[in-house]
Amino acid sequence: MTTLPTGSRRLWRTSPLTYIALVLAVLSSIYPLYYMFVIATRSNDAINDTPPPFTPSGLFRDNLNRALENDTANLLQGIVNSVIVSSVVTASVVLTGSLAGFAFAKLKFRGRNGLMLAVVATMMVPTQLGIIPLWGLMQDLGWYDSLLAVTVPFLASAFGVFMMRQYATSAVSDELIEAARIDGCSTWRIYWSVVLPALRPAAAVLGLLTFMQTWNEFVWPFAILTPENPTLQVSLATLSYAYYTDYSMVFAATAVGTVPLIVVFIVFGRQIIGGIMEGAVKA
Amino acid sequence: MSVSATKAPPSRGAPAKHASPGRRARYRFARWDLKYSPYLYIAPFFVLFGIFGLYPMVWTFWMSLHDWDLVGTHTFIGLENYTALLSDDYFWNAVRNTFGMFVLATVPQLALALFLANLLNRPLLRARTFFRMIIFVPNVVSVAAVAIVFGMLFQRDFGVVNWFLSLFGVDAIDWRREWWTSWTAISVMVDWRWTGYNTLILLAGMQAIPRDLYEAAAMDGASAWRQFWNVTLPMLRPTFVFVVILSTIGGLQLFVEPLIFNNGNIIGGTQREFQTVQMYMFENSIHNLSRAGYGAAVAWALFLMIVVVSVLNFVITRRSVK
Repeated sequence: MTTLPTGSRRLWRTSPLTYIALVLAVLSSIYPLYYMFVIATRSNDAINDTPPPFTPSGLFRDNLNRALENDTANLLQGIVNSVIVSSVVTASVVLTGSLAGFAFAKLKFRGRNGLMLAVVATMMVPTQLGIIPLWGLMQDLGWYDSLLAVTVPFLASAFGVFMMRQYATSAVSDELIEAARIDGCSTWRIYWSVVLPALRPAAAVLGLLTFMQTWNEFVWPFAILTPENPTLQVSLATLSYAYYTDYSMVFAATAVGTVPLIVVFIVFGRQIIGGIMEGAVKA
Repeated sequence: MSVSATKAPPSRGAPAKHASPGRRARYRFARWDLKYSPYLYIAPFFVLFGIFGLYPMVWTFWMSLHDWDLVGTHTFIGLENYTALLSDDYFWNAVRNTFGMFVLATVPQLALALFLANLLNRPLLRARTFFRMIIFVPNVVSVAAVAIVFGMLFQRDFGVVNWFLSLFGVDAIDWRREWWTSWTAISVMVDWRWTGYNTLILLAGMQAIPRDLYEAAAMDGASAWRQFWNVTLPMLRPTFVFVVILSTIGGLQLFVEPLIFNNGNIIGGTQREFQTVQMYMFENSIHNLSRAGYGAAVAWALFLMIVVVSVLNFVITRRSVK
């Protein structure tokens, strides 16, 4: 980028208008979140203020306590459930994705290309199509209102397989695998000691994306769980339906559900964005 | 590939003078390992998808041919659910709402994403990482949280949006009451969450365009606007098609925003002003278990719409962006 010929420097210069437009985009990306935090730290009367309140106050703890003590929403249970479900799903998606990705990228077996095509095809299918029989299936399994219902179906993902295969193709050399074989390594040993360490950067991105997606999932948990045993998102919805006039309480709960992901994003945002953009070009 | 099996490395294990049973077992394992391990490794995805993805999908179709109670009996009725669907006003209302909000949300969103991506693609832009990251932040926030916060922003009496509009002399709008107001509010939620994501995808596509194409265009005296129109857009076509298809699949399944916008009311507004097809499917299944057969027909109709619109979009974007 720095080696542009001098003639094109003028061509590529960035006008102030560019920055103004981008700053506007930044402000509109941030403002709703900022507003959520402001309301979450104020008493509920503040929402009536004109102009709308713009600075936080110190009542966040009170508001949050009111949300936690609310016995229809079961917020605390929701947080615990979401942590469990998201962690288990993330660990499993990374494991199954890297295993299958390794197999598709580096092992030879009959039907490899056809099966990989099938994996990609499943990514195009809208998942909600099967939701009604799935609901019935969960009834039959006795998983209605159980965390199993929101965990087990998601333990492997097509996107995970696809992403790990793309990465493994270039990140692991065939010579290395061949050498390990000659040393007498079993396929599992090769996966565990050679492939998995090489896949670590992509595995981290996949893990982050999966965690965020699972944490934010709404439709299926909403269909199969009840407010007695909710995930965080279901709990937030329950709270907002029943107490939609108590904004500072609802927003305090919403903030608690949002902050962990924003922290994760601030720490790992560069990798996450890199992963998304790389995936886009390859797809 | 079978080298390891026929010629075991001497360094491993005790040097055996003849093939011991342990060694033969190892040999057999190595052969088995080479042949079947790959299938074992890809099995988890296919097993899970088979049980929780494919099977319910096929079952949805079977269900749609029945009068099906999710917790009771079912009788085969052939295509009756589908013929009923064709003359069901509520269904067509939901179709209209879904497409209305899809267009209202997607067109400005992609235009804006294209615009922002083009700005972010300036090679001498300062703080590029900062801009990219912040623009993506809304996508990290859950749909439920977005709908809850925007539901408040779009309140009639003390919502920030109405306050802002009042600065320009606009009277307070009851966003949940009319078609166009509720559609606008819901589209804003969708766009807030997804514009940044699409911007980054388009930006990735733009960065794959060779720089010398622009150099050549500049030599020929093409303005920045002409370069965007004649170099960026045509080269961006594959990425753009990808983004459009993704938006179609997501947009036609719109569900959470309109649901939470009216406090979990599955019929949308009082007059079903913003009930989507997906919500109608829920109304006729999970919210009313005895009508699951009909809901399954709605699900297949939705699937069909997604396929048709995706293919249509694919053809149009491939043609027009040339």
